[in-house]
Amino acid sequence: MISTVRPLWSPLAAGTALGAVLLFTFLLTGHGLGASGFFTRLTAWLGSEFVRPATEANGYLGPFLKAGAPLSDWISWEIIGMLLGALLAAITSGRFRLRLDGATNLSGGGRLAFALGGGLLTGFGARLARGCTSGIGLSGGATLAVAAFVFLIGFFIAGIAVSFLIRRAWT
Amino acid sequence: MSLPLYDDGIASGLLCGLLFGYVLENAGFASPRKLTAQFRLSDWSVFKVMFTAIIVAAIGLYGATEAGLLQTSGIFIPTTFFWATLTGGALVGAGMAIGGYCPGTSMVGLATGRLDAVVFMIGMVLGTGFFAGAFDQLKDFYLAAEGPPAQTLSGLTGIPTWTVLAALLLIAIAGFALGARLERALGGPLTAEELNANNAKAEVEEIEIVTIRTS
Repeated sequence: MISTVRPLWSPLAAGTALGAVLLFTFLLTGHGLGASGFFTRLTAWLGSEFVRPATEANGYLGPFLKAGAPLSDWISWEIIGMLLGALLAAITSGRFRLRLDGATNLSGGGRLAFALGGGLLTGFGARLARGCTSGIGLSGGATLAVAAFVFLIGFFIAGIAVSFLIRRAWT
Repeated sequence: MSLPLYDDGIASGLLCGLLFGYVLENAGFASPRKLTAQFRLSDWSVFKVMFTAIIVAAIGLYGATEAGLLQTSGIFIPTTFFWATLTGGALVGAGMAIGGYCPGTSMVGLATGRLDAVVFMIGMVLGTGFFAGAFDQLKDFYLAAEGPPAQTLSGLTGIPTWTVLAALLLIAIAGFALGARLERALGGPLTAEELNANNAKAEVEEIEIVTIRTS
């Protein structure tokens, strides 16, 4: 069966559009785009719902609760907008399909284990770096921050090395 | 008018997010196969899109500052904590190589119907929880080798911003050229068709294409 999906934008076109969106965000808000900050706030909120005393006492998550509702922040609305924007793009281009994607050569269980393990490292790493690919790499990069390039060097070197070690899972 | 407007309202968040998600999906960054193919060096879209976006936004910020429209001191510039920034970046890279996403692209993956992206997000919450749980022990490492606040490449090297931008442009052009060579040698970037096909089927097609090319 030949599916009718629209082609992707060229990397140059997508990169130029992304740069314009990022510039617009800076001029509008004074900061760039982010993502992992939402997951920090989500974790703080989940902690406050299920293990409140421990979360309040925690040196890292506690301050998010003291400041009020942890999810009440610009980044939560940005994340909701992201979901809607990506959904709009996927539906209008025929690229929306429910599926279990992931490490191509693994069974369903293996793919889920890789997704969970990869997410765990990413969640931990983003807190250590004070941001993720969007918040530090991309947005920090646009301000020519030294931190962005230190982050991106670590990101690409470790990514290529780990990818080589587990290449049989993905290709 | 003085910029930035410091609008952190609901409409601002929704609009910026909507545009961000729309562009990332159209770049193909909902697909963990496409994202990880960057690390296998067979698809350079992540490098190309990120570097182009950084340069376009950086030139825009520089232009707005030079034109007197924007206060550079008014925008957020992250501070380096060398070991934490480097190790954190490495862990995010390793996590993407294994799990197929970064935090933002997992949202885009979910929006295109990818259920593994949800599992990746659960992993991120767990990872954030582990970090918080170990925070007291990690604190020295987290705060080690702190750089000057909001230091930029110009601040570090003493080179003017326009020269830094020109150097980044040259690096991007070299990266595009290297990427194009490696893409040709390693099978080429993944298309929307390939990404939307059943994984197993896509594999067979790829193998057939490679066989045809090499025979």
